Amino acid sequence: MALLSKKDANLILDPLADNNPITIQVLGICSALAITAELKASVVMALSVLFVMGVGNVVISLLRNVIPSKIRIIVQLVVVATLVIVVDQVLKAFAYELSKTLSVFVGLIITNCIIMGRFEAFALGNGLWRSFLDGIGNALGYGVILIIVGFFRELLGSGTLFGIPVLGDPVAKTGLYSIGYENNGFMIIPPAALIVVGIIIWVQRSRNRALIEEA
Amino acid sequence: MLEHLELFFRSIFIDNMVFAVFLGMCSYLAVSKKVSTAVGLGAAVIFVLGVTVPLNWLLDQYLLQDGALAWLGPEYADYDLGFLSFILFIATIATMVQLVEIVVEKFSPALYNSLGIFLPLIAVNCAILGGSLFMQTREIPNLGLALNYGLSSGIGWFLAILAIAAIREKIRYSNVPAPLRGLGITFIITGLMGIGFQSFGGMLTGDNEPPEPTEATTAKTDSKEEEKEIKREIEDEKRTVSYNDVINK
Repeated sequence: MALLSKKDANLILDPLADNNPITIQVLGICSALAITAELKASVVMALSVLFVMGVGNVVISLLRNVIPSKIRIIVQLVVVATLVIVVDQVLKAFAYELSKTLSVFVGLIITNCIIMGRFEAFALGNGLWRSFLDGIGNALGYGVILIIVGFFRELLGSGTLFGIPVLGDPVAKTGLYSIGYENNGFMIIPPAALIVVGIIIWVQRSRNRALIEEA
Repeated sequence: MLEHLELFFRSIFIDNMVFAVFLGMCSYLAVSKKVSTAVGLGAAVIFVLGVTVPLNWLLDQYLLQDGALAWLGPEYADYDLGFLSFILFIATIATMVQLVEIVVEKFSPALYNSLGIFLPLIAVNCAILGGSLFMQTREIPNLGLALNYGLSSGIGWFLAILAIAAIREKIRYSNVPAPLRGLGITFIITGLMGIGFQSFGGMLTGDNEPPEPTEATTAKTDSKEEEKEIKREIEDEKRTVSYNDVINK
C-alpha cells in the first residue's frame, strides 16, 4: 500500500485476526456479549467503540509526555468518559430507540478493557499516527466479532437481519418455514452469546494452530 | 423488609452480574484460574460495590437527576445534569478505589496483601460501573436499598467467579479438544452456567401483586440450599483435585 508502510498496515490487520482483542487478548468481552442479540445494535456498538478508540488513542498519545504515571489511570478514564458522553448524547439525539436498547452498555464503553488496555499498552508509548492506526485496528477487530455474533444470533434466533425477515414468515409459514424450519429461541437468551464466541474461538484456533493455549 | 429480601435474591440469582448482563467478564476470565485468587478478587468486588453504589446513589439524588439541585435554592431547580453521570460515577469509583487501597494498606497489611493487588484492577472492572449505572436506570428508591443492591450484586459476582475457578481447576485433568483449551472452553462453560442461572427467573414471579410471605420464605430456603450446594460442589472439586495431584505424583 502506498498510503501505509507495511509495518503500519500490520497495526490495522493484526487485530483483525491473529491478535484479535476479543478472542486472543481477552479484552472487552462484557459489552461484546450483552448487546449482540440484534445485528443493528452490534453495528452501532462497533461504530461507537471505533470512534472512542480512534480519538481516545490520539488524545492519549498527544498527552503521553505530560501525564504523570501515578495518576494516568484517572486521566485515561476522564478522556474516555468525555468521549463516551459525546457518543451517548449523539445516540440519544438521533437514535433514541437504539440508545434504549443499548441502555447502560454505552456507558460501559468507559470500562471496556480494550480501550484502557490499548491506552496502556500502545498509546502511552507511541506516536500519534501509529496510535491512531492501532486504535482503529483494534476497534475493527472488536467490531468484526461483534457483527459475526450479532449476525448468527439474529439470523438463527429471529430469522431476521437488521429487523428484515430473510427466511420467510414464521406465522404464515412461507420460505424456509414451509418445510418445517423453526426459529431457535435459544439464540436470543444472553448465554447463547457466550457459546457463539466459544465456537468462534474454536474455529479460529483450529485454523491457526499456533494460537492454541498450553493447558 | 420484604423488598430488601426480594432485591437481595433478585440481584444475586436472577440478575446475576456475570450470567445475566455479562458485567466484569474481563477479570472474570482473567483471574479465574485459581480458586484462591478468585476469592480475593470476589471479596474486593463485593466491598467496592458496597461502597460505591450508595455513594453514587447520593450523587445521583442530590446532584445529577432532573431538578436534583433544588436543595441549593429555587433558582437551581431547573437544572438537569444527567449527562455528567458517567464522568462523576467513574471519578467516584476511581477515587474510592485509591482511598480504600490506602486505608487498607495502613490499617490491615494482611488484608492488603490478599486484596491489594486486585484493587487497581477493580477501578476498570465493568461490574463496578455497571452496578452504579443499573442503580440509576432501575431507579432504586432509597439509600438502604442501594447499599443492599451493591452488596448483593457483589455477592452474585463472587459466587460466579468462585464457581468458574473451581471448574477450571478441575478441567485441567480433562481431555478438552486442543483448540478449545483455555479460553474457548471457559466461554462455553460460562454459557452453560448462564443457562442454568436462567432457571432462577421463575423464583420471584410475584412482580405485579404484593409478594406473599410464604413465597418469600420458600425462595429464601431454596437459594440458601443452592448456596450450600455450590459450596459443597466446590469442596468436592477441591478434594478431587488434591486427590488427582497425589495420583499424578
